Amino acid sequence: MFSGFDFDVIQRTLPYLWQGMLFSLGLTLLAMLGGIVLGTLLALMRLSGNRAISLPAAAYVNLLRSTPLILVIFWFYFLVPIAVKQFTGNPYASGIGPFYSALIAFTLFEAAYYCEIIRAGIQSVPAGQVHAAQALGLNYPQATLLVVLPQAFRNMVPILLTQGIILFQDTSLVYVVGLTDFMGAASKVAQRDGRLVEMYLFAALVYFILCFSASYFVKRLQLRITPPR
Amino acid sequence: MDFGFLTQPAFSGGGTYFDWVLSGIKWTMLVSVCAWIIAFTIGSVLGVMRTTKLRWLYVPAAAYVELFRNIPLLVQMFIWYFVIPEIVPKALGTWMKQGMPMPEFWSAVLALGFYTASRVAEQVRSGIQSIPAGQTQAALATGLTMPQVYRHLLLPMGYRIVIPPLTSEFLTIFKNSSVALTIGVLELTAQARTISEYTFRTFEIFTLATIVYVLITMAVTVLMQFVETRVRVPGYVGTGK
Repeated sequence: MFSGFDFDVIQRTLPYLWQGMLFSLGLTLLAMLGGIVLGTLLALMRLSGNRAISLPAAAYVNLLRSTPLILVIFWFYFLVPIAVKQFTGNPYASGIGPFYSALIAFTLFEAAYYCEIIRAGIQSVPAGQVHAAQALGLNYPQATLLVVLPQAFRNMVPILLTQGIILFQDTSLVYVVGLTDFMGAASKVAQRDGRLVEMYLFAALVYFILCFSASYFVKRLQLRITPPR
Repeated sequence: MDFGFLTQPAFSGGGTYFDWVLSGIKWTMLVSVCAWIIAFTIGSVLGVMRTTKLRWLYVPAAAYVELFRNIPLLVQMFIWYFVIPEIVPKALGTWMKQGMPMPEFWSAVLALGFYTASRVAEQVRSGIQSIPAGQTQAALATGLTMPQVYRHLLLPMGYRIVIPPLTSEFLTIFKNSSVALTIGVLELTAQARTISEYTFRTFEIFTLATIVYVLITMAVTVLMQFVETRVRVPGYVGTGK
């Protein structure tokens, strides 16, 4: 079955595919960072006792978690240029480019998922820690930043990284708006050279090796950093 | 916001744009439900295989889960649609390309089904493994064989435990069904995009599509909560208060 295989097509397009891979990895890392920061804020909002703060956060998270990522990508491709025009007041503003549109879409989408992970992480910190912090005279921001979040993040690191692996796989969906991430590059070569079988199997292999080793690493890390109880 | 365009005759096909939306919902449902049948069946078998002590059963199941979990769904979709017909025996490949009815639909169902099966398998495995070992030992001590332990203890209890995570997998399959648009299945997201291209009513049609997805999520959640209360074992895991 591999007799008609053209392995050369992969070799000659490697630099192009590498560019695509850098796009995928960059998008993953930036969206992960943005998602975790925004997700932490959302989680703190959801845990707030004030319903005026917790309800909007809950609505945002539930809305994004019930919408397909592709639809969210389409949404932001449509909304971001409009928002830029509103913001700059220039009806001919050229937008901020496809990479940043995708980055905004992924950051806001992943924030909803990170929020739920971080919320569970915060809730796993024993209430006694908060009480002790308050008894020492720490105010809410101090207790949150110095006592609760460090412990919560320590427990959450493996899950946050696992979500990052899922995010890396999801970045392949920028294909739907024609961006050249790794999968976009592979599929453009595949269609240009008529080498669908080779390119898609190669893409699957690369994704598999990367994600498999990353999850193996996360599993090892989890065993190492689990605090003794 | 002006939803009046929905009643206008559509660009092609004879109906209105609202008919396109309905057709999109129909295909989203069909892809998701068919894929779920595959995912639930194969995922259950694999999940049970991974809980056994027999090496020749759990190694292939573990390999399956790792393989299907670590490749993006989009790539799997393309492999089912573009690659499989090329690498199977020639006669079968020709039939898949020319004779098979609705090739996009069935490729999408298979891709989504086999992909989700790996996730279902992990849930079923963790459900079964969360049952205390003492229960299995007690069942074996009363004279049940291992298959009987699965039939009367591990499966009935395990499935009740995994209803919440399986519900979220079931919801995920509806959302993931939108990936089928990449190989040409005109499901809800694809129809929303097409309609926005024909009518420029992007805001309205995307809002409508989002609302439909939210409604599907809510309907499934309510249904599964009902199922969960119906099958609840009194005084056991998951009963909460």
